[in-house]
Order: sequence, then structure tokens, then C-alpha cells
Amino acid sequence: MKFERKTRLSSDIPTASMPDIIFMLLIFFMVTTVLREFSGLPVDLPKAMRIEKLKSKNHTSHIWVSKEGLVSIEDKLFNTEDIRHIMYERRAADPQLTVSLKADEQSRMKLISDIHNELRKADALALNYATLQATD
Amino acid sequence: MAKKKRRFKGGEIPTASMADIAFLLLIFFLVTTTIDMDKGLGIVLPAEGEQVEVSSKNILNCLINSTGQVLLGKEPVKISDISQVVRKKLQDNDKLIISVKTHEKTKYKDYIAVIDQLKIANATRISIAETQL
Repeated sequence: MKFERKTRLSSDIPTASMPDIIFMLLIFFMVTTVLREFSGLPVDLPKAMRIEKLKSKNHTSHIWVSKEGLVSIEDKLFNTEDIRHIMYERRAADPQLTVSLKADEQSRMKLISDIHNELRKADALALNYATLQATD
Repeated sequence: MAKKKRRFKGGEIPTASMADIAFLLLIFFLVTTTIDMDKGLGIVLPAEGEQVEVSSKNILNCLINSTGQVLLGKEPVKISDISQVVRKKLQDNDKLIISVKTHEKTKYKDYIAVIDQLKIANATRISIAETQL
């Protein structure tokens, strides 16, 4: 017995709603894109194996330390003693704040230790040493 | 000369290329989006003025000098061997606190290498002492 198809199925994909779908995608990417705000100082980050990701960009504050001993926060140079004021304000505004320390591998521990102390005074205790992934 | 009157047929924006335009914008944003997550070694600093008495047998001193040589406890250790030594010591005493002390002129690179080794050994109690001359 032969069956005959009663309904004709159109074989082409409906493209009328295509622009809407693409616009949705577009808007999603536009909203989630965080443009890089600060360029920082030129640093060669050290390498480490056991690295972890920072949770959220919105709760991160960067401190750049160059090998010459310059300290920069958001593209402004600061003395180490001023860090506590800036970080105290940040920390008060955002209790989940994590400080990402982008220090050059050639910088000296004296400066890093001073920054530690400043951060402790500002009560910004969550610290992350920015590193690159070691290859081996 | 008589002007021919055109009949207005109703304006319409061509929407056929709309998808293409949206695609172009989408690709532009896809390309310019940088998903560079910040990565690094996390550590929690002790609060200001916080001092805890720890019995001396639960402390392992780790000293790094200005040339990057490491003294772990009382014996000098190569940086790459720290994780093994510390792991062994942690098995003997899981309350062990590793106190990392550096010289003022110690390179940050060496310090990070030591912290990384401690992390590899799964040491959670790491204390950072002030630099010394």
C-alpha cells in the first residue's frame, strides 16, 4: 500500500527572525564586554605553576609595580604611603575587593613588603600576585 | 511639458541586508572582546595588629636571601625541591605554619617561586614576615 503525504513541508529554514537572533547575540556581547580601562606600567610578570583565576573583574583592583620601583594604581603614580588611603576607600566601597599585584619579577621584596603593610593598614587583605602560567 | 505623476507606492526600508549588518557588528564585538582573566597566586594577608602565639615546633622558617638561596628550617634547599620537603613535613605535622622571610633585596621572582612551591605542596598556612636586612 502506498502512502501519500498529505501536507507539503517547506524545506527552507525560516530566516525572517534571523536579524533578531543576531541582534540578541550582539547585545549580549556588547553588555558583557569590559573594555580594558587602564594600561598600567610595563612589567614582566613572574611565572608560576599553581595559579588560580580571579573571581570577578568588578571586584578587582590592580597595583602595578615596575622594576624601577614605580607604583601605579589606575595609571597614576603613587608613593607607597598613599596606597593605604586609596585602598581603604576601595575596600570600604566594595567589601569583596581583591587586590591584584602586578609586579615585575625583578622588583625587590622591600617594596613588595611595604605594599603588604600598606594593604594591611587599609584592611584590604585578599591579595593576588599576578603571574603567568609556567609552561613546564 | 507635462509632468508624469508618479504614484507613491509606500516607503520601505530594505531589510534583506539587516542580518549581514548585524553579523558584522557581532563579529566586531567578538573579535575585540578580550577574555583575559587575571590569574595569579592568591594569598590572604593577616589583619593589622593581629598576633597569634604559635608554639615554635609548629613553625617552619623559610628564609630567602638576596641571591635567591633558600634556607628551609636549618638546611639549605634548592627552590625546586621545596615542595617535596614541605609536603613531607606537612605529613608529619599538619598544623605546620610556614613563615616566609625575605631579605630586602630579594627578587620578587624568587619569592613567587617559593610561594608557588608551597602552593604545590598544598601548604595552606603561609605567613609572610617582614623583610629583614
